[in-house]
Amino acid sequence: MASNKKYWKSEAELNPNDSIVETLRQNEFMEQIPVDEFLGDKENLSATTTNRRDFLKYVGFSTAAATVAACEGPVHKSIPYVVQPDNIVPGVANYYATTIADGFDFASILVKTREGRPIKIENNTDAKVNGSANARVQASVLSLYDSKRVQGPSQGGNPIDWKILDANVKAKLGNLKGSNRQIVLLTQTYASPSTDKLIAEFKAEYGDNVNHVVYDAISEDAALNAFEAAYSERALADYNFEKADLIVSFGADFLGDWQGGGYDSGYAKGRVPNHGKMSKHVQLEANMSLTGANADKRYPMTPTQQKIALAKLYSKLNGSNLGGGTSDVDAAVESVAAQIRKAGSKAVVVTGLNDIHAQTVVLAINKLLASEAFDAESPKYVRQGDSAKVNKLVTDMNAGRVGILIMDGVNPAYSLPNASEFIEGLGKVDVSVSFSFNNDETAQSSQFVAAASHYLESWGDAEFKKGQYSLTQPAIRELFDTRQIQTALLNWLGKDQSYYEYIKENWNTSLLQGGDWNQALQDGVFVPTAAEEETAAESVAESTEGDEAESIAPISAAVNSLVNSTSSGTELVLYSKVGMGDGKQANNPWLQEFPDPISRVSWDNYVTVSKADAENLELENYNVADGGLNGSYINLTVDGTVLNKVPVIIQPGQAPGTVGLSFGYGREAGMKAEMATGVNAFALYKNFSDVQSVSLEKASGDHEFACVQLHKTLMGRGDIIKETSLEIFNTKDHHEWNPMPHVSLNHQEIPVTSPDADLWEEFDRSIGHHFNLSIDLNACTGCGACVIACHAENNVPVVGKEEIRKSRDMHWLRIDRYYSSEETFEQDNEKKDGLEGLFGDQGTLGGLGQMEDASANPQVAFQPVMCQHCNHAPCETVCPVAATSHGRQGQNQMAYNRCVGTRYCANNCPYKVRRFNWFLYYDNDEFDFNMNNDLGKMVINPDVNVRSRGVMEKCSMCIQMTQKTILDAKRDGREVKDGEFQTACSAACSSGAMVFGDINDEHSKIAELKEDDRMYHLLEHVGTKPNVFYHVKVRNTNEA
Amino acid sequence: MKKVLYRHLFSKVLGFSLLLFSVSFYAQEEASADAAAGGDPVKGKQLFNQNCAACHALDRKMTGPALANVESRLSEDEGLDKEWLYTWIKNSPGMIKAGDAYANKIYAEYNQAAMTAFPTLSDQDIDDILAYTAAPPPAPVVTAATATTDGTGASEGGISNEMILGALALVFGLLVIMLILVNNTLRRIAEANGVDLEKDKAEKGLPIWKAFVKNQFLVLVSAIFLLLASGYFAYGWMMQVGVDQGYAPVQPIHYSHKIHAGDNKIECKYCHSSARVSKTSGIPSLNVCMNCHKSIYEYKGNPEGPSAEDLANGYTNEFYTSEIKKLYKAVGWDEEEQRYTGESQPVQWVRVHNLPDFAYFNHSQHVSVAGIECQTCHGPVEEMEVVEQFAPLTMGWCINCHRETNVKMEGNEYYAAIHAELSKKYGVQELTAAMMGGLECGKCHY
Repeated sequence: MASNKKYWKSEAELNPNDSIVETLRQNEFMEQIPVDEFLGDKENLSATTTNRRDFLKYVGFSTAAATVAACEGPVHKSIPYVVQPDNIVPGVANYYATTIADGFDFASILVKTREGRPIKIENNTDAKVNGSANARVQASVLSLYDSKRVQGPSQGGNPIDWKILDANVKAKLGNLKGSNRQIVLLTQTYASPSTDKLIAEFKAEYGDNVNHVVYDAISEDAALNAFEAAYSERALADYNFEKADLIVSFGADFLGDWQGGGYDSGYAKGRVPNHGKMSKHVQLEANMSLTGANADKRYPMTPTQQKIALAKLYSKLNGSNLGGGTSDVDAAVESVAAQIRKAGSKAVVVTGLNDIHAQTVVLAINKLLASEAFDAESPKYVRQGDSAKVNKLVTDMNAGRVGILIMDGVNPAYSLPNASEFIEGLGKVDVSVSFSFNNDETAQSSQFVAAASHYLESWGDAEFKKGQYSLTQPAIRELFDTRQIQTALLNWLGKDQSYYEYIKENWNTSLLQGGDWNQALQDGVFVPTAAEEETAAESVAESTEGDEAESIAPISAAVNSLVNSTSSGTELVLYSKVGMGDGKQANNPWLQEFPDPISRVSWDNYVTVSKADAENLELENYNVADGGLNGSYINLTVDGTVLNKVPVIIQPGQAPGTVGLSFGYGREAGMKAEMATGVNAFALYKNFSDVQSVSLEKASGDHEFACVQLHKTLMGRGDIIKETSLEIFNTKDHHEWNPMPHVSLNHQEIPVTSPDADLWEEFDRSIGHHFNLSIDLNACTGCGACVIACHAENNVPVVGKEEIRKSRDMHWLRIDRYYSSEETFEQDNEKKDGLEGLFGDQGTLGGLGQMEDASANPQVAFQPVMCQHCNHAPCETVCPVAATSHGRQGQNQMAYNRCVGTRYCANNCPYKVRRFNWFLYYDNDEFDFNMNNDLGKMVINPDVNVRSRGVMEKCSMCIQMTQKTILDAKRDGREVKDGEFQTACSAACSSGAMVFGDINDEHSKIAELKEDDRMYHLLEHVGTKPNVFYHVKVRNTNEA
Repeated sequence: MKKVLYRHLFSKVLGFSLLLFSVSFYAQEEASADAAAGGDPVKGKQLFNQNCAACHALDRKMTGPALANVESRLSEDEGLDKEWLYTWIKNSPGMIKAGDAYANKIYAEYNQAAMTAFPTLSDQDIDDILAYTAAPPPAPVVTAATATTDGTGASEGGISNEMILGALALVFGLLVIMLILVNNTLRRIAEANGVDLEKDKAEKGLPIWKAFVKNQFLVLVSAIFLLLASGYFAYGWMMQVGVDQGYAPVQPIHYSHKIHAGDNKIECKYCHSSARVSKTSGIPSLNVCMNCHKSIYEYKGNPEGPSAEDLANGYTNEFYTSEIKKLYKAVGWDEEEQRYTGESQPVQWVRVHNLPDFAYFNHSQHVSVAGIECQTCHGPVEEMEVVEQFAPLTMGWCINCHRETNVKMEGNEYYAAIHAELSKKYGVQELTAAMMGGLECGKCHY
């Protein structure tokens, strides 16, 4: 059936003379294939003597050779010590008590070392003050192994010997002695008795022109000045939130970094309902902070409104009324005042407003209330910066009045708003020495860079709170040719003494008062017994004194100034993030990848904008097809300083009329390119005030965020986060507020935990250990210390911003943050239950659509989620190679060497806690983080596998730790005591939210918690019977 | 048999004559020493080994000075009599304190390491020891003699074996030649008789391989057999890839477990101490070696001298002594000055037992808790001149042991409750590691 029809593809084909057609008829392609482009140089190729046959021979030979070579194992070398230190047994971890005091974070901690390498930070439970490591302190062990560390002293960028540096400094110091030009020490807050003494000696040696300027990058100047005025000591009042029934906070992020932080464990203790009582927390703030997210009642207010509210509150409590402010503010003040009156001395008021008047008023209120939680007798010394002095120093430097400038623990060239002026002034200083950890902005513009030691390589002491001493001891010898400033000062003073000897001498002569040095060093903390009694007696004495008449006059002035405060335009509120703080550890990949507890964004800082303001400015956030979050850019202008193209996050709960921006980002000098993220908010930190008047302007383009949580709201899914109010919790049966889900069996409703509703056969777990993890949603503040602790313990790789954006984060433990779409979660549930039909506001589509939007001032809940270790695990049944299986002790086990990477288990997991290794994350230039260099690898925990590409991984419930505990007990021939079993997260949790243990031990805490009425399992109705359980969140919404 | 007998006879004769010679020599020496010191050198030797040998040798400096002829040396060089020695040995710190000039000189010379006082030694004991230092019984001569005789005996044996082999080869060669000759003769006879040999061959029919090819059933069966066999062997070969059983690498220092753990019966965990408490057994650090090797500076071997086998491998006494010198070099021990130089070179041992990183193994669990002998997994290390991997270290091997081995629970509080409940559950008294959950993946893989 041949046809003569002619088909053509283009008109040109019909023209028989067309040359292209002719060519195409002969050749497949119009032009010659550019072979040499992918095979290299053509001439070279033709000149080579290797022909095709040879090539095949080579390929064949090398394949065969590789195969044969693979059959023989590599030769491993084992190199023992020449002289093994007495206290090191290979394979057994040693713990040392030490103290971090880096000028921003202050905590007493334990360092876990293996074969002499510090690998993890843990809480020092012996410490009464700041004994808990936050996320940054947990991560600080990785900063020790920072590949960008300054490895030795240098002058103008050229490595020199310490002797040369010493000679130069000594010569200059000698010149300046007795002259009228200043010798300036510009340092971080040390809170160290021995360093203070040393600096005093330095002053005594070099005369009156020695000027010690303490500089906190994020200033607490107002609070310090207010306290100094009231109590004539430059310090900060301490608060014990455990003792408070009512906490009222005016913009104080006390679960974050407010006044040095460390308040979360006390706070959390009061938040757990105990005999029907728990503390109530009211927060008035502009940005949605971690603290605000934990509050029972949160009022979004601009800083100006907060000041007015504070002034009004003070006068209300004094029985008078003040005019001014809006009706919203009045209502809030009315409610707060009533509650404070009721709570009396059980109430406490704190403020984070960087305003001396506000701070003065708050001190006065607490004194007025005789608040039990307020402690001015033994104040804290963790912030001592004096911004007036810093400002004066910059002026002096530019005027040429400074002869030598020695800096330690500070990076003013980055963190000063007038950094350029500072750098200019630095040029006019004869000799500038910067003790730097990285080759940062300040180091780069200083003449001498003195390589500083990490705190894990240093000696030191600290007094966080009056009478509470702690010691820093090195856990490893200096990795590089570095020195701590104290050693250098001793040298420059001509003392033939090490700083260790100096501290020991100082402690033995003045601090220990008969206490034992070795014991203090072992404990890491020391409280002189005499001092303990003394302060107790003092506080009794002083509280009875009461000299209010004296202080009324300045306070009324302060109140007046507060109530008259006004704002012009939008207020920018600068804050510090839980993950990044003041940016000291910006080169730490764990912290960069740590998702912010509130925004869940990693690797970035951003402007937080309220929804109303965003609509006005036409700013938007939207998710693109691959799940990544995109956001608009904005230009910020403060007093002539412009920050261009700052990405925007629309933040539920942000007070309208305010925007937030976090410190700590935007560092570039001495950083890996991947870590140089975000913008530098310090540029806008004018006059060390965290509130600035700002003008906003939308910029073009969209920013790509690495946000790990796509859905913001809970959408009424009450089986994920169960919560209730204190009233209902106290009055109703737990079946009402913590109902067990029911399923239908033969049209009969039966509880989902009933054996009849079960697909699987129950396994007998009554013998031996059966581990459970309890997470109390009331105590969890969402601080994220557990996330970093898990990273460190389990060698979780860092994947980088691009991968996070693709939802390929490797965190074994995440802390989900949920907003309510109505004012409260309860209203969410009601709305969801009331949906009818399909369309419209009451319809499923429309209603649910609306529920995806968080409310303007939502309730917030945090929920740590890790592998739930289901007794009936859906992942185990689907693994084709039985790589994941169940242990008798309740752990869902993952044999990495068996896994072939089908990812079926991850798909079948209802909790989405399994993580897939898309790439080889170690020894891979594409992921140039700590696992890609020998130095960074020193942090790896030798007891846990480093997973390879193509393998599924997840939380193991720290089986290496439980196995070790069991083995220790076996070796000692004893039973395991309650509290001995720990996981990395439960050990890191200072708020007591996470408790781990053996439920087969009837007397254990965990067994008791499991029987608690508040206990529930995540997605109970699925019937997976997890070994992780949660406690219903109870909110104290009782109005006074 | 004859040869061996002969060798024994030879060595006996040689040994006897040497013995005779040395005994007479010994007798002379003994007489002179007795006369000089009035002590008994035999008893003195015993005392010396008990009390002094940790710090003193006769002919070389150790922690303390060399003691050969110490008495005569002191009296000749320093003018000190025996009484001085008595006081010194019984209370040397006292003498130093009292300010005795020579005592302080010695004290300073030897890094101010005070000599232990021996107040329990009587004057007679000290006389005995001094007698020994003046004239040690010359036992080493005898061993040397035996060593030589053994050496010659061995080499003689070697030659004789070759001779036997050579003779046998000659006989076989002759036989072959004879057979060929016979064959040729027969062939010639056959030819002469007119018998056609080739014809017979042709009539034989098909060659066997052609017959085999024709029988298809046989081909099929043998093909299947061959495939199965090759599959079996391929599987076996592939399963041993990565299994290094018998791996015995050459180590940078020839450390003989046979001498240490076998001959000298040193307990394994004396050196591998961390096996008791840690997951690793620990390769002993060099300071552990120096606990003994500070005074053991040469290898003297067993009294009969190295065996033929050792000699064949080159394991002579000199060889072992040179290995001890390697240790000194690594640890930075100056033998002359008896002190550490501080210049050390860590020894890069070659790891024999390599578990993959994804398998967690804890020595203390097995050694301390379960009380398993080291030899169960490591084999008879005390017989190994060069350590080799004894067990396959495969997962199947681990699992098998966990299935079969009963857990040692007696006297361990930890197991009390678990044991009662588990034995009720399984209805047995003894529980295996598997019953305790020792087969779960997560117990070893995390």
